[in-house]
Amino acid sequence: MSVVSEPLLTIKNLTVEFDQGAHFVRALHGVDFVIERGQSIGIVGESGCGKSITWLAALGLLGSKARTGGSVRLDGQEILNCSDRALAHLRGSRIAMIFQDPASSLNPVHRIGRQIGEALRLHRGLTGAAAKAEATRLLDRVGMSNPAQRLNEYPHELSGGMNQRVMIAMALAGEPDLLIADEPTTALDATIQAQILELLNNLRRENDMGLVLISHDLGVVADMAERVAVMYCGRVVEESQVDRLFDAPRHPYTRGLMAALPDIDGPKRRLKAIPGMVPPPRNLPTGCTFAPRCDHATEACASRVPGLRPAGAPRHRAACFHLEDLPGGSRQPASPAQQPVQETV
Amino acid sequence: MPLVSVRDLKRHYDIRLTGGLFGRRAKLKAVDGVSFDLKMGETLGLVGESGCGKSTTAKLVLGLIPATSGTVSFDGSAVTAAHDAQWRHMRRRMQMIYQDPLGALDRRLPVSAQIGEPIAVHEPHVPADEREARVGEIMTSVGLRADQAASYPHELSGGQRQRVVIARALALQPDFIVCDEPVSALDVSIQAQVLNLLEDLKERNGFTSLFISHDLKVVRQMSDRVAVMYLGMIVEEGPPEDVFHAPMHPYTQALVSAIPTPSRRGKRERIVLEGDPPNPVNKPSGCPFHPRCPSAMSECREFQPMLASHGSRKVACHLRPAPSAGLIAAE
Repeated sequence: MSVVSEPLLTIKNLTVEFDQGAHFVRALHGVDFVIERGQSIGIVGESGCGKSITWLAALGLLGSKARTGGSVRLDGQEILNCSDRALAHLRGSRIAMIFQDPASSLNPVHRIGRQIGEALRLHRGLTGAAAKAEATRLLDRVGMSNPAQRLNEYPHELSGGMNQRVMIAMALAGEPDLLIADEPTTALDATIQAQILELLNNLRRENDMGLVLISHDLGVVADMAERVAVMYCGRVVEESQVDRLFDAPRHPYTRGLMAALPDIDGPKRRLKAIPGMVPPPRNLPTGCTFAPRCDHATEACASRVPGLRPAGAPRHRAACFHLEDLPGGSRQPASPAQQPVQETV
Repeated sequence: MPLVSVRDLKRHYDIRLTGGLFGRRAKLKAVDGVSFDLKMGETLGLVGESGCGKSTTAKLVLGLIPATSGTVSFDGSAVTAAHDAQWRHMRRRMQMIYQDPLGALDRRLPVSAQIGEPIAVHEPHVPADEREARVGEIMTSVGLRADQAASYPHELSGGQRQRVVIARALALQPDFIVCDEPVSALDVSIQAQVLNLLEDLKERNGFTSLFISHDLKVVRQMSDRVAVMYLGMIVEEGPPEDVFHAPMHPYTQALVSAIPTPSRRGKRERIVLEGDPPNPVNKPSGCPFHPRCPSAMSECREFQPMLASHGSRKVACHLRPAPSAGLIAAE
């Protein structure tokens, strides 16, 4: 990687609005992401926070009811609102995406081999015996036993974990630089989830591929990603390197999510739920969208939307007015100088 | 005496596989010899992967479907699937909370009518105004507002719908509640609200429960004891701290090591099991886990291990012979 090279993908101030007939409802309020080759970034958030929409919008997959704004650059080239023809060259060959439910993403009436072959023909121009050999290699690569025989099977003959492997094999068919995995293991069992996560991690390392992992599961993201972004109501509220984010979360929402999560280790404690619920996109509160559910909210929070700002460590940013006042904030160690009370977060 | 006692419960389904003119006959052993006791006020967590028979066990325990063999007794009397007066009488003391609240609720009835329905069915003598008052009380206790009584399920959020399902299950103050994946469809912050609610209600009403989930973290939070199921059988059972922190069965070890949690990031050794859980139609001989087990021995292929006591817990594994069998286990 040379110093002058552009990042693989740069998203700047991406917005998405959906046509509701009488008016537009904004689902994404300007998000920024930068992904380098070989890097993995995890996106966490609850349903409706815009974590999937960001990437669907970047690939132009939202359909005609959506209006997107901002900029998405792949290797320095703008791809947002490009023509479908131009995008068709990118989708699958430069950027591939896999989804939560493999069974409904695969065509139930075609054999696995034909579906992988289609991707190979479109993206690499392979046909016939060459395509078959490559499909076999890909299935073997994603850890399927008897790959040659599997080519002749239908999706219903395979288990959920196997179907997800087929999806990954199809995504790899175009040798993409960036793989977007949208809840890739949510529909799978724990032991199968472990297999798929390990596979994705190995593929990323070996192919020097960027990986975007979208998940509602903090544990999965903590395990897989180098950088993590937490989203709430169509905005990124906190982003950091993975260790920093989980060791010292700064935004009250991130902290709330972690306190709400039961753990398998450590002493059993009562969960601390975040009160209230996620507001619908058409009815967002003014100012900070998390303020109505936040313990630390003040009047200032209701008046303005906080932007992302440095949160006490390199490349750690959070969107909150009260970063310094929260326990563990930078003001904290200064004031109780006489009392060496350690605030554990 | 335990409130619920399950002995050698089995449920086999006759199915036809493809092949031949009418297909080959085969048996799907959804539940294959499950035994456990539930003491009054206790919560037993049931964990396992999809298809291991957790939900079938729940239905069998409530008598919703008939068992192939084995017995279930509730407060001393047998639970059968004959849906007669005796069963209905028992059913008012046993309720179920489902995973998908939208599927479990009637979309065309206001939620207050659905919460009041068990009272109308089981206590028809209760006058309507008294029933409404009781519904109001229950709704408050599960954290629903009185003005939501006339709402329809689609007007509520997922967490609120699950509260309605819980309210309906609690309407008759049951002694025993089966919770089948009650929070799997909910977001993290809402999940914590519902889990806390269940804990509070249990404290207040003191019901016994069978808590089913694929999420080990949730089960640990909610249970006094846990049982791990694999292919229709319990492979390990004991207090959650023991089972999850020092698992003895290789399957439990793999399952526990596979949970991704923020606190374990980077510093755990993940045991990645090979292959998929086998289909319950072709259940392997001997120990059902042996084809995926990293430490399978020859006897695992031939003999099915029995659940044996190891102090506070029970394990079904040839690597862990019963302490009484001569080999004194170090633990």
